[in-house]
Parts: sequence; structure tokens; C-alpha cells
Amino acid sequence: MAESFRDVLNSGKFVITSEIGPPKGTNLEKTLHHIDLLKDKVDALNVTDNQSSVMRYPSLGGCILIKERGGEAILQMTCRDRNRLALQADILFAYTRGIRNILCLTGDSIPVGDHKEAKGVFDLESVQLIRMVRTMESGTDIGGNELNGAIEFYPGAIVTPEANPIEPQLHKFKKKVAAGAEFFQTQAVYDLGNFRNFMQYARQFNVKILAGIVLLVSARMAKFMNDNVPGIFVPQELIDELAGVEKGKGLQKGVEIAARMIRTIKDESICDGVHIMAIGKEEIVPEILAIAGL
Amino acid sequence: MIVAKQKDLEVIVGMLQGYERILVLGCGTCTAICLTGGDREVGILASSLRLADKVSGKNRLLKEHTVERQCEWEFLDEINDQVKEVDAILSLGCGVGVQAISERFPDIPVLPGLDTLFMGMPQEESVWVERCSGCGNCILDKTAGICPVTRCTKGLLNGPCGGTNNGKCEVDPEKDCAWTLIYQRLEKQGKLELFDEYHPPRNFQAVVRPGRFTIK
Repeated sequence: MAESFRDVLNSGKFVITSEIGPPKGTNLEKTLHHIDLLKDKVDALNVTDNQSSVMRYPSLGGCILIKERGGEAILQMTCRDRNRLALQADILFAYTRGIRNILCLTGDSIPVGDHKEAKGVFDLESVQLIRMVRTMESGTDIGGNELNGAIEFYPGAIVTPEANPIEPQLHKFKKKVAAGAEFFQTQAVYDLGNFRNFMQYARQFNVKILAGIVLLVSARMAKFMNDNVPGIFVPQELIDELAGVEKGKGLQKGVEIAARMIRTIKDESICDGVHIMAIGKEEIVPEILAIAGL
Repeated sequence: MIVAKQKDLEVIVGMLQGYERILVLGCGTCTAICLTGGDREVGILASSLRLADKVSGKNRLLKEHTVERQCEWEFLDEINDQVKEVDAILSLGCGVGVQAISERFPDIPVLPGLDTLFMGMPQEESVWVERCSGCGNCILDKTAGICPVTRCTKGLLNGPCGGTNNGKCEVDPEKDCAWTLIYQRLEKQGKLELFDEYHPPRNFQAVVRPGRFTIK
């Protein structure tokens, strides 16, 4: 892939990203299969970083695999597990392995994961991490010391367009832009009305926005997310739509809903692209794209 | 104030194994106020220990006393004589109290009857909440008097994370999202511009552990 992810986003093309969840262990078979399946169908692949505070194969390792197989990688980097020295060291390493995109995240809280007694580091947080990348690009570390060989990244961040209340999130979004984030991948959006409102606000900033699409597989999953996942709001009509299909057809309906949303977002140019999170159902992403006409 | 909770009785009983003459020592300051280490609690714990001793056929000396403050040596002088009569002190003060007694009477084991939790305040009956982490770098002037270092589970300095949920925290729906509170109070005070101010990474050398403070 000759063109960088930044170039692709700046070209005005409707951009598609998806994500790879690394394995818990050293068996990379499935991960490699997912990379091979998706690398040429999307513009870049995120690799999650101990997602939901569950210890896994590292995002950095996953990104190197993507590069080795000719794909474009987005390094998800959270502040939960590393202090500022470790974060900077990993960024230097990532750069030397050809990784050029970084998604700067604070990270989930420790107690939601599978090492509940661990210490959450949070020496930095997302806004400070974005600034740190920008500082390192200028040739020094954040201790003010000169780097022998600097970095250059395309830094992105996340935003939750359906958070309640939304105002503090919008202020934080603004802070991330000011810190130097150039692209945003959003938390899952299902209510396009809400998302349009968010985009109306976001459009005043010179950043690219990719709408988060999380595949729904059943009405139960939708209700579960509404009750348990902060910042996610699945409207009742989508829940009804999922509940209305015969048993065993939930996934198919979910694929249809995801594809329909992607097409609407693209046709109405609501934002610059989509970020598809299939969470364990990566196999189905090509089908979603095909139905969406992409 | 310092908030602490009593250890389970079995843990305390285990800790006291091998000692025959024990001084159960309360503290009349913070832990008395949070109802875990004052005069009243000393009496209740000593009675429970006597009962446990009776059940297991022991007959140990369990003395009871409460000083005004365990963390200052001048308040410990009054136990000089009692200390000579015992072979262990069970402190119902915070971790500072335990160490102050141990430094003052280094020849005798001082055991912690409490687990020290945090610096905080009473919020409602029987509920205490943490308010300060002693970070050495107070920014409460920028955050409407609400400490994000302490009251945000991640200690975020630049606004809420995506886990904020209808004003509550993702790790515990009983707890408020500190940054939502900060936003609301700043808005009420007409000082929302403070919300957009960038806070650099914390300086963890503001208090070099172990902390030491000298008035110049």
C-alpha cells in the first residue's frame, strides 16, 4: 500500500477502517487469517490494546503483523498499562517498524477487565498522549531531551457522540483537536439523528471523522449494550427490527442494519468514513461491505 | 480526616496469636469520628476478643485505652506505664498512628487493627467519601473545587473519559463522574473556560515519597 492512511483520508474518498482483536496467547492463526481477509478490503486496520482491560497479545505486535502482510496499521495505544517512559519507548519502536498511525486512548478502567487487582497506571491520559506524540515529532521526548532520530505519526483519537451528558464530551473532543489529533474514530453510533447533530458541531474543526459501526447480532445484545455500555444508545426501532426476525437470523439482520447505516452515512456524506468493529465476527466484515456496496 | 475500617475479627485474632498481654489502643481523632477506632470501638473489640478467648479456653490480659491522637508523640506519654505491662499493642488508629506508636515504643510490637482507606469526609450517615490524594499539586482552583485526581477513577486531568454514564462512573454506578460534576459546577459559576484549559501530565515529584515537609 503506497498511499498513507493520512493521504487516503485527505483524498476525500469514503474511508473504511476495521479492527483486529489480538489473541490471548501466542496462537496467531486466527489473527493472521483476519488480517489477510481484511487488509485489502479496508484502508487501515486498528489493533486493540488490552481491550476492556483484558490482557492479550500486544497491539504493537498485531500492527507489525499487519505491516509484514502489506496492510496499513493503526496502533491503538492506551495509558492504562504504561507510564510515560514506556509509552515513548513503544512509540519509538513502532516508528522503526513502519507504523505511522496511532490512536491515542486513555484506556478502560482496570476493574472492568480480567486482572482486577492490578494497578492502573494512567500516568498520562488521551489528551496528554496526543501532545506527547506531537512533542516527539518535534525531536524531543517529553522530558525535554533531544531524540537521536525523531518520529512522525498520524495521530487520532476517539469520541463518544452519544454520551450523556454530551457537553463535557464535546469540550474534551475540542481539547483533543487542540492537542493535535487529526482523525477521530467514534464509539458505536446507531441513532443517525444524534450523530448528525454531533457532526454539525464537529465540522467546525479540521479533522476527519469515522463513524463507529458495531455489528449487532441480536435484540438481546442491543438491549445489553444499552444497559451496560456507556455511550451506546440503540434506538428501540432497531431493537424491534432485530427482535422481529426468526431464530438464527439475528446476525444476518445485524449485517443488514450495519450495511444500511454505512450506506446512509456514505450517500448523505454525513462524515468521512466508517470504523467497523465486528468484535469476534471479523469474518463477516467483507459481507457487510459488499451489501453496503463498498 | 483519615478514614479507616476495622479488619475482620478473625484476622485480628490471628494477628494476636502468641501474645498474652495486649493493649487495645484507640484514637480519639479521625478513626473515632469514622466510628472504627474510638473509645466505643475499643470497648466493643476488646469484648469480642475476650469472648473469642473464652471460647478457645484462653485467659489473656486485654487492656483498653484511647488517646486523643495516636499520630503525635506528646499524646502517647500517658500510656508509658501501660505499655510496660503488655507484650503487644493493637492500634485502632490509622497507619500513621500505628507507626507513630511503634517509633515511640520500638521494643514492643504494634499491630494494625484497621485498614486505612483514604482522606475524606462524611457524606451521609455511615458513608464516608474520599476527597484528597495529597498529590502536592492542588488544582482545585481550576476544577470548581472538585478533585479529579481523587474523584475520577483514572485521575484524568483533561475531562471525562468515554466511560462516563449519565453522570456516573463506569466502574461503579454509585459513584459520580467527577468530570461531569466539574462541568456542571463550572457552568453554574460561569467559569466554563476553565474546562478547556490544558493540564500537563502530573508531576509525581511534587511529593517525593516518603514525604517530608519543613517550615522555613
